[in-house]
Amino acid sequence: MGKDDVKLLSMWASPFCMRVKVALAEKDVAYEEILESDLMGAKTELLIKSNPVHKQVPVLLHDDKPVVESTNILTYIDEVWPAKPLLPACAYGKSRARFWADYIDRKVFPAGRNVWTAKEDDQVESARKEFLDILMYLDGTLGEQDYFNGDTFGFVDILLIGLTSWFPAFEKYGGFKVEDEYPKLAAWITRSYARETVSESLTSPEKITNFVGMMRQMYGIE
Amino acid sequence: MAGDKVKLLGFWGSPFALRVEWALRLKGVEYEYVEEDLSNKSPMLLQYNPLYKKVPVLVHNGKPIMESLVIIEYIDETWKNRPLLPIDPFERATSRFWAKFVDDKFVPLIIKMSSSTREQKDKVAEEAREVLKTLESSLNQNKPFYGGKILGFMDIAVAWIGIWAPMLEKIIDIKLLDEEYMPLLNTWFRDVLEVLVIKECIPPLDKLLAHYKDYYDRFMATKSN
Repeated sequence: MGKDDVKLLSMWASPFCMRVKVALAEKDVAYEEILESDLMGAKTELLIKSNPVHKQVPVLLHDDKPVVESTNILTYIDEVWPAKPLLPACAYGKSRARFWADYIDRKVFPAGRNVWTAKEDDQVESARKEFLDILMYLDGTLGEQDYFNGDTFGFVDILLIGLTSWFPAFEKYGGFKVEDEYPKLAAWITRSYARETVSESLTSPEKITNFVGMMRQMYGIE
Repeated sequence: MAGDKVKLLGFWGSPFALRVEWALRLKGVEYEYVEEDLSNKSPMLLQYNPLYKKVPVLVHNGKPIMESLVIIEYIDETWKNRPLLPIDPFERATSRFWAKFVDDKFVPLIIKMSSSTREQKDKVAEEAREVLKTLESSLNQNKPFYGGKILGFMDIAVAWIGIWAPMLEKIIDIKLLDEEYMPLLNTWFRDVLEVLVIKECIPPLDKLLAHYKDYYDRFMATKSN
């Protein structure tokens, strides 16, 4: 492929942006990262122009054409740069990956949000239970495999691993530990973090947890 | 493909099962349709979709696929004749974006509207109209279908609104698909729903209206108690 012009509009705390960074790294695609200031600041003109419907990061600009929604971006990346495929080869394998991608997108981050925004003890309890139930299904689908994609790190792994940078924050405010509840899932997190593409793309969980603590203070939760 | 066994578990009143049927018929895939009683779900449905227990489920040679947009992509990849998604990756991404936009934004508002008080429903209807207006902005005046001259993924993913919106307008007494405000959308839905393969699948509209009206009336009755 000739010289591609690839830009990523992102924000440091967004697990959805981290996913795209992992995918681009896995594919060895060079890109320029353009950081939006933070969640509280005014959105840049470039962001609003590139994603007028949602006005959200991540946005991938490929030769100035915008692709939005992180799962959609990952699919696009996999199709444009087909070497080292992220999705399984067969249609059925792809459908399983897309099914779990949809489940992860629908459930994990919203349930995590319920955990760190819960105020009363009974709210924390019910948010924790909901979150752990979701992990139960993910743990079940991982099974005895090394990765959600089977023997190789792939599409579903990338979608979930970005979100795990927020897990220590959920653990702290939810009062649980993933490695106690679902050791196989915890092992998958460790295994995935051993990949340079992951460790270099994800924001440190410590930084995220501090950020969540700050937001809790802002929202008057603590 | 000869020897393929294709089964679709559906519900006659479900727009999501309907769009899967549209995909199968456009591809000329032979399938067995199994009607599910949603108040008494079959062991087969519960076995194939244990997580959500919902229709539609496509079963291809014994292997289940769930979630209607995932099913449509599976159909497109398995039966390669008459492609539904465009070839260009950027256009594919755009089609997928709009299909998901409708599912993520419009569907929850319909559910909210069906369970709103008379006072709230106008506000929710306004939000729903804005979603449709945004969808209108994606249409190209020069193309009859989103897919161009022939129907594509986006057309069959979204056309159910052309049936359900007018029906909801009658049941809930709100305006959704305003012809003046959304001329392209109205024309687009009309054109898609006229295509023979699409038209012959649509459930009888009076039966659909009665079914949803009954559901809505029963809900409103519980609210006033």
